[in-house]
Amino acid sequence: MGLTPRPDHRVVEYNPSSQEGWVATKLDFLVNWGRANSLWPMPFGTACCAIEFMATAASRFDLARFGMERMSFSPRQADVLICAGRVPFKLAPVIRRIWQQMPQPKWAIAMGACASSGNIFDNYAVVQGIDTIIPVDVYVPGCPPRPEGLMYGIMMLQEKVKRERMNDKTIRAEMEPDPKSKLYIPPPVIDELSEPFGNSVHQTRSGL
Amino acid sequence: MSDGFEIQYPGNALGNAAPAPATPRNVPNRGGEQNASGAALREQFADAIERVDVVWGVTNVYVRPERVLDIVRWLHDDSTQRYDYLSDVTAVEYRDLEAPIEVVWHLRSLPFRRELRLKTQLPKNKPLEIASVWSIYKGADWLERECFDMFGIRFIGHPDLRRILMWEQYREGFPLRKDFPLRGRFSRAEQLRQALAANPEARYSMEELSIADAFEDLPTDMRKRLKGGERTGE
Repeated sequence: MGLTPRPDHRVVEYNPSSQEGWVATKLDFLVNWGRANSLWPMPFGTACCAIEFMATAASRFDLARFGMERMSFSPRQADVLICAGRVPFKLAPVIRRIWQQMPQPKWAIAMGACASSGNIFDNYAVVQGIDTIIPVDVYVPGCPPRPEGLMYGIMMLQEKVKRERMNDKTIRAEMEPDPKSKLYIPPPVIDELSEPFGNSVHQTRSGL
Repeated sequence: MSDGFEIQYPGNALGNAAPAPATPRNVPNRGGEQNASGAALREQFADAIERVDVVWGVTNVYVRPERVLDIVRWLHDDSTQRYDYLSDVTAVEYRDLEAPIEVVWHLRSLPFRRELRLKTQLPKNKPLEIASVWSIYKGADWLERECFDMFGIRFIGHPDLRRILMWEQYREGFPLRKDFPLRGRFSRAEQLRQALAANPEARYSMEELSIADAFEDLPTDMRKRLKGGERTGE
């Protein structure tokens, strides 16, 4: 990922077969430039990753360079949800509610191994990755990740934001799981697929 | 206890004989100097004390479950004991399936600078019930709730015995028991479905929120929920 040269975002590629004209693409560029450089984070810090997140926001690493110095402790004014730390099942409805309260456009970063996959906490109380509750744009590995790691994740999110197109209607769609859809995987199948993973495969499960 | 309030400085009951507080060094695993309360308990409750031993410098007193409340009350009230601080209430289940579950009380006497560990054994073939010490130490409230949540031990006389760490509708059992699988009894998908079905805004009863007086001023939907006695909105 880090070896590929970054695309030059001062250049807007124009594909004649698409319906985007010069005005729309320039407007896209302007809007995305503004959004990418003023992502207001909603910190959802539950564990030690939150300490690294605070270090990232503090003066040495200075999140303000990315236009993120304004922590939005209200989800209504936030753009990006940064989940730093493990999420127990008791917090699952809370983080889902916070995500639903955030207005579009919104993005999510799963910071650290716990938020991304549950980490070593493969037990009865911890959600195995917040992507089972909310859609996640960037996963930052590490336990906990260093501030440089989080900033790299943030820059990847900025790249993603800069590539968005206004006429792409799918990126803002909020989908609830629809059992009639062909993409829907029923819960027992998900369990079956996820069974080989995790570090305590010899644990027994009963029922359901 | 009720007649007046007196500030207790650590060690003030010992007078000039109080040794300076120090970190104990070279503490033997078994044996060593026994807490004076052990002998006093043997004298006072001879039939209720099963055995007294010293582990890592802390005196363990094994008592019969039916006399726990009397013993703790005596330790708290007696002027020669004055155990005025309850550090912890917890339980232990051993890997041996036959071994009884132990309930443990960690008591601290600030005036005498003494530490005492009170243990009682609950056999598994009977209902796990033990008297609550809430009437003596109000701080036992949440400690006993946690013990109930994790081990399923019912504390008789506790004012509000319900789950504290897991949510109240948690149906999978008691997580710290040895027969509880590490990942829980339900599948991941089912666990997530049950967790997401809870309403995070309706976790408290009206009494807990102390809003019974202001009931009429609440929003309509909240009034409706509380009137139905709802706690977690499932």
